[in-house]
Amino acid sequence: MVGTSFKRVIRNAFINFWRNGWVSIATILVMVLAILMAGSLIMFQVLLNATLAEVEKKVDVSAYFKQDASEEEIFRVRGLLQGLPEVREITYVSQEEALAIFKERHKDNALISSALDELGENPLGAVLRIRATEQQNYESVVRFLENGGFDALDKVDYRQNEAIFKRLEAVLALTRRVGFSVTAVLGFVAFLVAFNTIRLAIYTAREEISIMRLVGASTWYVRGPFLVEGALHGFFASIIAMLIFWPATLWLGPRAREFFGGVDLFSFYTQNLFLFFFALLLVGITIGVFSSFVATRRYLKI
Amino acid sequence: MIYFDNVSKIYGGNSVAIEGVSFTVEPQEFVSVVGQSGSGKSTLIKLLLAEERPSAGSVYFQSLDVHNLSRSEIPFVRRKIGTVFQDFRLLPQKTAYENVAFALEASGREDEEIAADVPHVLDLVGLSDKMDFFPHELSGGQQQRVAIARALVNRPEVVIADEPTGNLDPLNTWEIIRLLGKINELGTTVILATHDKDIIDTIGKRVITLEDGKIVRDEKRGRYIL
Repeated sequence: MVGTSFKRVIRNAFINFWRNGWVSIATILVMVLAILMAGSLIMFQVLLNATLAEVEKKVDVSAYFKQDASEEEIFRVRGLLQGLPEVREITYVSQEEALAIFKERHKDNALISSALDELGENPLGAVLRIRATEQQNYESVVRFLENGGFDALDKVDYRQNEAIFKRLEAVLALTRRVGFSVTAVLGFVAFLVAFNTIRLAIYTAREEISIMRLVGASTWYVRGPFLVEGALHGFFASIIAMLIFWPATLWLGPRAREFFGGVDLFSFYTQNLFLFFFALLLVGITIGVFSSFVATRRYLKI
Repeated sequence: MIYFDNVSKIYGGNSVAIEGVSFTVEPQEFVSVVGQSGSGKSTLIKLLLAEERPSAGSVYFQSLDVHNLSRSEIPFVRRKIGTVFQDFRLLPQKTAYENVAFALEASGREDEEIAADVPHVLDLVGLSDKMDFFPHELSGGQQQRVAIARALVNRPEVVIADEPTGNLDPLNTWEIIRLLGKINELGTTVILATHDKDIIDTIGKRVITLEDGKIVRDEKRGRYIL
């Protein structure tokens, strides 16, 4: 008996879905909007997180050594630094490497190149680039270097970047908050529209629901088809949204990458195809089923 | 079988629909409830179907307090009560056959059972040749007979007819009344709410007369007196 009822619920859902053709299409299109908003929210988060990670990667402390500092002395400092729990990674750049990098960076500048050639000797010192485990640990690394009494140390470079990074982080955090709020508000509006479209569709079926109730149909027998229909709407809407994201990210991806740096949205889309679809599907089906549930509740009271 | 125990229903705080109504209906009885529009007939029926809750008192069906049942138990009571309304309440996008089958589907019967029972009950109301017609293709009398078939198909203990002839011409009216009489003879309790004097005077069965929400007469072989 339960199996028979279940079969009928599913069958009635498909029949209703098909017979209410235009209402189904309208509902799906409105739901596509809501799902697009949800998807954009995900994309936006991915973009900002990648940007932030990119920026954090660029933060490091550079310890510049004097020209005459011996390698043993530098390695001694490196050894001490490695003993600190705050330090994640240390890169050693020797005098020669520092010069090579400098030359490479200024190879187009004839003045600098000729000035270097004229100088004849290497004016640069060796450098230790230190990355801390956490953002807030940089301060203590800098303090360690400055108060350690290392004679070979020329200067520690962190302070001048610090302000810029802090500001960039603040800007990113603000962007994230504003972007999140805007998308969330738009998403909520789209959800309300989808919800009302479904409610309206069910409103037209209220007479049918009351008749079903009076011939002794159970709550779930009446409600079931509407819930399945809502899930169907969500399913088709998320497929359409998924299809829209393909050209959208293809177009937007390189442009966003240029602007924010970090990830290409299109490669994120293709790499996370199933996960992303699953997320959209979840949003779509939740909207569909939830709206149908709430909308039928009113007419099921009798 | 059905017992109204001092039932009152007050809508919106001060609009009294029925007040202090008590009566009993025995199995296989044919009871007419009469009264002018607004005398409380429809409220009485809504209370029995648990569509409305009483403001005071209790309604019993087969010694169950209808309004003490949980929401999931109410459908089982309704399957034992067949209902027929003035406006037929058929589903317009379903054929006569589907409208009747629908009541069985809703109560979870198997397909084979439905295929056997529906033609049988449509035959009983004289519509075996109209099974595949949609409601708009049938006359008012035929639509009401489909509704009666739907009410009967679950083999209910009681059939409640709320002004079943209100929208019908005299000829169709008599056919419907005859059909209700036949259903009663076959052993089903019938409760008929109407304000049609001719019908009541002809049937010659028990009549409960309502006036302003109160029972003013309850006679074994009643007539329509207001």
